[in-house]
Amino acid sequence: MNEKLLLEDGTELEQVFCRPDTLTDVPYHYCPGCGHSVVHNVLMEVVDELDIQDKTIGVAPVGCSVFAYHYMNIDMQEAAHGRASAVATGIKRVLPDKLVFSYQGDGDLAAIGTAETIHTVNRGENILIVFINNGIYGMTGGQMAPTTLPGMVTSTSPYGRDVHMAGYPLKITDLIAQLPGAYYVTRQSVHNPNAVRKLKKAVTKAFEYQMQNKGTCFIEVVSNCPSGWKMTPVETIKYLEEVMFPYYPLGDLKVPKE
Amino acid sequence: MEKELRKEEPRLMKGNEALAEAAIRANIDAYFGYPITPQSEVIEYLMREVPNRKDKKTVVLQAESEVASINMVYGAAGAGARVMTSSSSPGISLMQEGISYIASAQLPCLIVNVVRGGPGLGTIQPSQGDYFQATKGGGHGDYHLIVLAPASVQEMADFVFDAFRLAEKYRNPAMILADGALGQMMEKVVLPPDGGLPKTPAPWATTGKTKDRNHNIITSLFIQPEEMEKVNLQLQKKYEDMQSEVRWEEFQTEDAEVLLVAFGLSARICQKVVDLAREKGIKVGLLRPITLYPFPYKRIAELSEKVEFILDVEMNAGQMVEDVRLAVEGKVPVYFKGRMGGMISTPEEILREVESILEKQNVLHD
Ligand SMILES: Cc1ncc(C[n+]2csc(CCOP(=O)(O)OP(=O)(O)O)c2C)c(N)n1
Ligand code: SF4
Repeated sequence: MNEKLLLEDGTELEQVFCRPDTLTDVPYHYCPGCGHSVVHNVLMEVVDELDIQDKTIGVAPVGCSVFAYHYMNIDMQEAAHGRASAVATGIKRVLPDKLVFSYQGDGDLAAIGTAETIHTVNRGENILIVFINNGIYGMTGGQMAPTTLPGMVTSTSPYGRDVHMAGYPLKITDLIAQLPGAYYVTRQSVHNPNAVRKLKKAVTKAFEYQMQNKGTCFIEVVSNCPSGWKMTPVETIKYLEEVMFPYYPLGDLKVPKE
Repeated sequence: MEKELRKEEPRLMKGNEALAEAAIRANIDAYFGYPITPQSEVIEYLMREVPNRKDKKTVVLQAESEVASINMVYGAAGAGARVMTSSSSPGISLMQEGISYIASAQLPCLIVNVVRGGPGLGTIQPSQGDYFQATKGGGHGDYHLIVLAPASVQEMADFVFDAFRLAEKYRNPAMILADGALGQMMEKVVLPPDGGLPKTPAPWATTGKTKDRNHNIITSLFIQPEEMEKVNLQLQKKYEDMQSEVRWEEFQTEDAEVLLVAFGLSARICQKVVDLAREKGIKVGLLRPITLYPFPYKRIAELSEKVEFILDVEMNAGQMVEDVRLAVEGKVPVYFKGRMGGMISTPEEILREVESILEKQNVLHD
């Protein structure tokens, strides 16, 4: 950063922004307008700014972000579907001085991995769990997730989610916030630049808390899935604001009592 | 092996406890597990003993399930730690997902299965009913574990060292497959030396990306078929190389006319059968596979040239007998004697089986 760039015509430019070394030079495979890529960027910018690339170990989920380890230029492990927080526990317990995070979708974290998630937080594992809630199974083609909203059409709820048959959307983050092991629990989004800045602050705080051995930090990011939702990226932003946020209100659910 | 270093007095210990003590002495970095009879003494012993060892920084964690335990093992192994778990049959079934991932990601670790009777919830009594699961993969995909089958409390302890040595050499999960009786019974044991197992460097582990190397990735995802095939072929090559590690033991096979094949506790019982038979003038010998994977096919094939028949003895419905038959390739008859559900054949029962087969054979010869 802050290097001088010399253009062909002799103009000298000061470089004020570039790809951080914490992101590899590999193009994302995500659909246009998908929130995953923005969250990746935010995470790695924070790792870059805190200068913890050599200390950070990530755990990737099964889901659309299964290849997160190709994009994040840090040591990473790929976990089985739902097991990321158990894998993160294993890493953190043997390398307590490193910073460990898991990155998981709603199917991964709130369906198949519910037990691992709850117990990891309940033990107060000193890790960061990043939870991307797009209300759908993106990777497998848009099936219903535990977080799918009532009436929402997915490939396995083709007439809209019927809560009498399929149950209610699981507000797992609210559950998590109740657990004594949870130190910092917040719900953020990436639907506009302001939201991205807020997420970045939250991630920074979470890593700092981990350095202080405070317990589990849990960041939900209410995100979009243009392909799964069968909407244009712009339409998904409107849907987020009008339908998702009222059900999953943004903001902190648990903040440390300083 | 380290016998010369063993200056300690023999101790009287339970199999599970000897195994746990050996794990401490093997300098494990971490143990993750979930209680299940008949192996809960492993985690109980570690929880009790590790805090009293000033020089040890071993992590011992009781997970919420076997699914979580094995995935914690995966994480820790991927981070370069020497790590183990233990369980019994139903718990090992729950671990199969994780074991397949660990085998694919080529991580060394030790999984101990102190087998009980099944299927299902079954019984807490000893069994060898998990042979197929242990040696043929168990989880999904083409993979094998290194499988060691102890037959004494001494070996419950010794095989911890052997299993880690092999697991780390081949970057492959290893399993100690012991029936419930071996976990529960008390015997004399001379423990392996503390710290007698040097650490294997793991430059591939996720320990934090430093400037001098690319980021390390632990994964079992190879989405391109060409790439997946390459990984599969590499695994198969590794299993081929592992064949050189095959281990077995023989008793009185030199002049044997009847060969018993048995592993673990069944082999202990069959040693008695050999003695009883020889008192009666029947020349019985015993081959006991120590590694169930790799399996001593070659040696069994050689011995089958010299005997009239083979009797395979197990505590199940006949699982290893399939490998014995593969080895023998129909050259001599292979019979099976087994009991299930926690029942164990007595030496007399097995001897009667040998005698009745001999009688039938003689009728055929007449
Ligand atoms: C044991 C197992 N069950 C099912 C699957 C199939 N599967 C892959 S991704 C996925 C859903 C992922 O959805 P989510 O976690 O919400 O992430 P997204 O793709 O939406 O980012 C499923 C069901 C699997 N890989 N493993
Ligand atoms: S399917 Fe959905 S979650 Fe997956 S990459 Fe596309 S938009 Fe993103």
